[in-house]
Amino acid sequence: MASNSSSSSAQQRLRIIAGHLQKRPEDEHASVAAQECKAETPRSNPSSAAPVPKRRQEIMKWNGWGYSDSRFLFNKKGQAEFTGKRYRLSGLILPSLKDWFEGTFGANLQHKSPATPTVNLSAVAPPNLNEPFIEDLKAAGVAASHDPEDRVFRAHGHCLHEIFALREGRIGRVPDMVVWPSCHSDVEKIVELACKHNVCLIPYGGGTSVSSALECPHEETRSIVSLDTSQMNRILWIDEKNLTAHVEAGIIGQDLERQLNEHGYCTGHEPDSMEFSSLGGWVATRASGMKKNIYGNIEDLVVHIKMVTPRGVIEKSCLGPRMSTGPDIHHFILGSEGTLGVVTEVTMKIRPIPEYQKYGSVVFPNFQQGVACLREVARQRCAPASIRLMDNEQFQFGHALKPQVSSIFTSFLDGLKKFYITKFKGFDPHHLCVATLLFEGDRGKVLQHEKQVYDIAAKFGGLAAGEDNGQRGYMLTFVIAYLRDLGMDYYVIGESFETSVPWDRVLDLCRNVKERIVRECKERGVQFPPLSTCRVTQTYDAGACVYFYFAFNYRGLSDPVHVYEQVEHAAREEILANGGSLSHHHGVGKLRKEWMKESVSGVGLGMLKSVKEYVDPQNIFGNRNLL
Amino acid sequence: FRAIYHQKTILSMLKKRDDFEDVLEERRRSSDLRYALRCYTPTLYKGLVPCKVSMLKSIVLQSDHLQCVIKQVSSESGDSTECVAEEASLILDEMAHRMQLSTVRFFVFTLSKAFKRLFRSVCVNEEGIQRLQQAVQEHPVVLLPSHRSYMDFLMMSYLLYMFDLPLPVIAAGMDFMSMKFIGEMLRMSGAFFIRRSFGGDKLYWAVFSEYVKTMLRKGYAPIEFFLEGTRSRTCKSLTPKTGLLNIVMEPFFKGELFDVSLVPVSISYERVLEESLYARELLGVPKPKESTSGLLKARRVLSEDYGSMHVYFGHPVSVRSLAEGKIKRSQYNLLPRYIPQKPSVDTHEFLNDAAFRLVRIQEENMVLKPWVLIATLLLQNPDGMDLSSLTEQTDWLRHLALAFGAFLDWPDHEACSEVISCSLALHRRLLSVSAGHVQLSVTDAPQVETTPEEAVFQRAVVVLSCASYRNQILHVFLRPALLAVAMQSANSSRKDDIYNCFNFLRNMFSNEFILCPGDSDFEEACYLLMKRGVLQVLEHEIVMSASGQSTLAFLCSVLEPFLQGYQVTPYTQCANVHYCAKVWGSVFLSFFLSFFLSFCIKLYQDFHKILSSKTVFNIDNNRKYFLGNKSAY
Repeated sequence: MASNSSSSSAQQRLRIIAGHLQKRPEDEHASVAAQECKAETPRSNPSSAAPVPKRRQEIMKWNGWGYSDSRFLFNKKGQAEFTGKRYRLSGLILPSLKDWFEGTFGANLQHKSPATPTVNLSAVAPPNLNEPFIEDLKAAGVAASHDPEDRVFRAHGHCLHEIFALREGRIGRVPDMVVWPSCHSDVEKIVELACKHNVCLIPYGGGTSVSSALECPHEETRSIVSLDTSQMNRILWIDEKNLTAHVEAGIIGQDLERQLNEHGYCTGHEPDSMEFSSLGGWVATRASGMKKNIYGNIEDLVVHIKMVTPRGVIEKSCLGPRMSTGPDIHHFILGSEGTLGVVTEVTMKIRPIPEYQKYGSVVFPNFQQGVACLREVARQRCAPASIRLMDNEQFQFGHALKPQVSSIFTSFLDGLKKFYITKFKGFDPHHLCVATLLFEGDRGKVLQHEKQVYDIAAKFGGLAAGEDNGQRGYMLTFVIAYLRDLGMDYYVIGESFETSVPWDRVLDLCRNVKERIVRECKERGVQFPPLSTCRVTQTYDAGACVYFYFAFNYRGLSDPVHVYEQVEHAAREEILANGGSLSHHHGVGKLRKEWMKESVSGVGLGMLKSVKEYVDPQNIFGNRNLL
Repeated sequence: FRAIYHQKTILSMLKKRDDFEDVLEERRRSSDLRYALRCYTPTLYKGLVPCKVSMLKSIVLQSDHLQCVIKQVSSESGDSTECVAEEASLILDEMAHRMQLSTVRFFVFTLSKAFKRLFRSVCVNEEGIQRLQQAVQEHPVVLLPSHRSYMDFLMMSYLLYMFDLPLPVIAAGMDFMSMKFIGEMLRMSGAFFIRRSFGGDKLYWAVFSEYVKTMLRKGYAPIEFFLEGTRSRTCKSLTPKTGLLNIVMEPFFKGELFDVSLVPVSISYERVLEESLYARELLGVPKPKESTSGLLKARRVLSEDYGSMHVYFGHPVSVRSLAEGKIKRSQYNLLPRYIPQKPSVDTHEFLNDAAFRLVRIQEENMVLKPWVLIATLLLQNPDGMDLSSLTEQTDWLRHLALAFGAFLDWPDHEACSEVISCSLALHRRLLSVSAGHVQLSVTDAPQVETTPEEAVFQRAVVVLSCASYRNQILHVFLRPALLAVAMQSANSSRKDDIYNCFNFLRNMFSNEFILCPGDSDFEEACYLLMKRGVLQVLEHEIVMSASGQSTLAFLCSVLEPFLQGYQVTPYTQCANVHYCAKVWGSVFLSFFLSFFLSFCIKLYQDFHKILSSKTVFNIDNNRKYFLGNKSAY
């Protein structure tokens, strides 16, 4: 395909569209954007916002989450602060975080467990290069590297054990080389060559996997090539008539959203990892976005997918919105976790940027009432763009992230609010929980919608608790991964995991899993009570998605990661025993593979295996995820 | 807790039993009235205050489960749902307890008085109480006492009140409800009444199971019921029932509760109040119907000395730990949880296994009195024994029992002869002592001439009463005794032969004794006898050591009456007596009595030690089993 010519024409078209849009005066209402929570690249020159560089380690941490310039630390006064300029929290002091941190984990600022500062390059095994493959690749003109730093960066996702090992300077099997295709046809060439020379390919998008999906299989003896899609990051065209955009799959969430915004559109797909995760990665793991109630999950958003497999390119022949042509081939691709091929281009739905956005929050006397309210909201199908219910522990966690208040008046108001809720309304501060809300749409409808939701909440004893609480709740999801790095500096390790479960089992599952975590920690010799908390993050007609945070202070344990893994394993068993699914959106990877058969039945697994067998008989896409 | 079932662990555990404390001592010193009126502040499950009784009722009636069954029943029967719902409400009214603290206080007062008259002491292991206090706060608790007497549940509630524990709700048979006044009193002190059989009644089952589960889920109160289903008339643990056990475990299986704690409680009596009543029942005299007037007539029991009583609260058993690896909870994922489901084959097996283990724990924590040893010996010597040889043999038996892990309450600093004469005095109604010769006999027999039938009957009562004491220690000797008999009848010292024989006996007696399916009983028996120096277990052979003869002989004779019973019964059945199990008792009795009179008494003495309608029923079952008709189970 003449992709170059088609992409240049698309770019031309984009420029024209952009020109149109920029002429329009800025809409004041639209300026309140949900993205406020996330990192913001300076907007002075929007069109030149830097894409992800090939040498990611230049702007991102090699052994932790996110940008190198943004991290939590306890300053000399023992106050927590968040560095950098990218986030709303950046540069702010968080006065109550220290007390919460020490109180919750029994941690102590005197007891530090610092990370190895730089990659110990001598620990990286020399690459096992397939010379004929490299030569052919050079001839094809595809960028490649076998620099150890590049390879180490692509050898892991963000599972606890992966990050923990990096912090300790331990480096396991890493890819032998990294290639950067710049378009679909590059990928075709690479896959063809990989088949020819029997090289193992592992697609790499944003690197935010939490399922050990990026780990190089130990048993792999071939040369492993990490296929980094980050340079395939263009929006190829936007079709305003059908409200679709055709996008290269390597684009990361924030770039996609920002570039579409410049044209007045958005996809509305906002997974918590959207700052770093890529479109191709979303497709490959069946990702879910925070605002799926309006925009849908990734499977609802995609109209067309192009994937390069060892057998050739798989795609549909038209852009029809729905088809009855046998089982949907998209569903072989969605969730295939890089075992079948590389997603190169995706046509997805876009929507005009909503006119108005509003955060909100509701306080409930207890978690049961909160869940009952969410259930009712789902029954009436009036869920806002996002509705999440945090349990009491997470509510307190959120509170610990309150920045220093600027005036006495605000702190007085806060005190008054607290008094009203706990004393006047009689909510027990150790049981109350909070739902955070995000409304989106045109102004009138949002206000109407808001009222409807608050009315339902009132029936379940809920009290509106302001926009600020809501906004902070969403912020938590973007900074939680940074917070984990802070914890790891002080002997605290943790992780999140998720499931989906029918409505009638939500409460039982939450309670049992949390209790199981506490009990397992105790049995395995964890000296301090763990943080075991959950929130309901998505509502569906027939159930909900539940997200757990689990962290503990590991002082006194000889092998904390092993303990962590055992507890997480037990927690997953408990989830499955309580009617929860193996995963709602994180995927299976290698971490949860052992439960696949139980989850989809032997026949189901056999079907998936036979697809793999047909599409990739040589196991070129040999990351060994899922099956 | 799983490790506890490992036999070695069991044996080492036995040495670490808790100490007892007499709770009546305090009662003898201070006012019962003030005690009954004292401030009662029980420890609560997760600190939750239990809801009102009326609230409980409406939760049960509104429950999805019950509503679902009501609709089902209504569509099957054609009655309107309102009508069925009304029926459910009536069932619940008939069933539900109406716990009231004031009634409980009344009972506490009267029971204090009664217990002080009846018992010399009531001993409780306080560590067990502390464990229970802990357990009650963490998870819903199910109390599983052994059942030897009507006293059991009164005593349980009394003790829980005493230690500021939440009062249990108790599953009681409908029979009590028919007692005027007393039935209602029991209801107001926490008893709820269930019909003896309601196999096919869907609605009844739904109301009943939902009622129990609701109380459990809400942590309303500890649920108390008797695994054995009914009072054991023979003092031998009965094969447990699993229906209620399933009900209390299901909330865990279905994820509605994180865990449930099962607390086996062993209640042992030095003298059972219903002693001779049971013997009569076993001989076919119908059980007196529970009635208030009957209770008043039974006043005379108050004037007798029933020695001491021991209550041992066992370690709480977590259902979660029990079920780990055995129950796949995800089997409940595909059906809404309110839809009733019959337990799967696996679940059924698990329940059965768990029930047996719990009863075995009960057995192991039963306190045995010296009299139990004496009764065992006297039954083996129907002609009586000289006091001196009785003393000697009792001492020998005591050491054997202790070596096998018996929980013996033997006074520490008293001479053996002293202990024995005390026991004989307490049980004087069952024996006669003349010129240093002790013999089982009817002492308070009327002087007037009795018919031969009556005399035999009286004698049978004594022997059966005595046998019920002997039965209390059977569980201690059971496994070694099975091995002893197996060795005797295998006629070989090859381990395999003995093992096969052992297994045959074990299967045959699987309904007679508490033998957990899948337990390593053979290994346990070998271990115990080896430890005692009776046997040497080689790789392929089991050899008796020179000193082991007397022990093996004793062990064989422990099982002898049961073996004979099992031998005779099929023989009598060959006479083509095809009656249903219910009439068996009386048929057998008349048959037996004529038998008894026409032959030499001695030969059949062993016989009626064990013969009871229950045994016959067991044998009947076994016969079916051997015929391969497994549906009998």
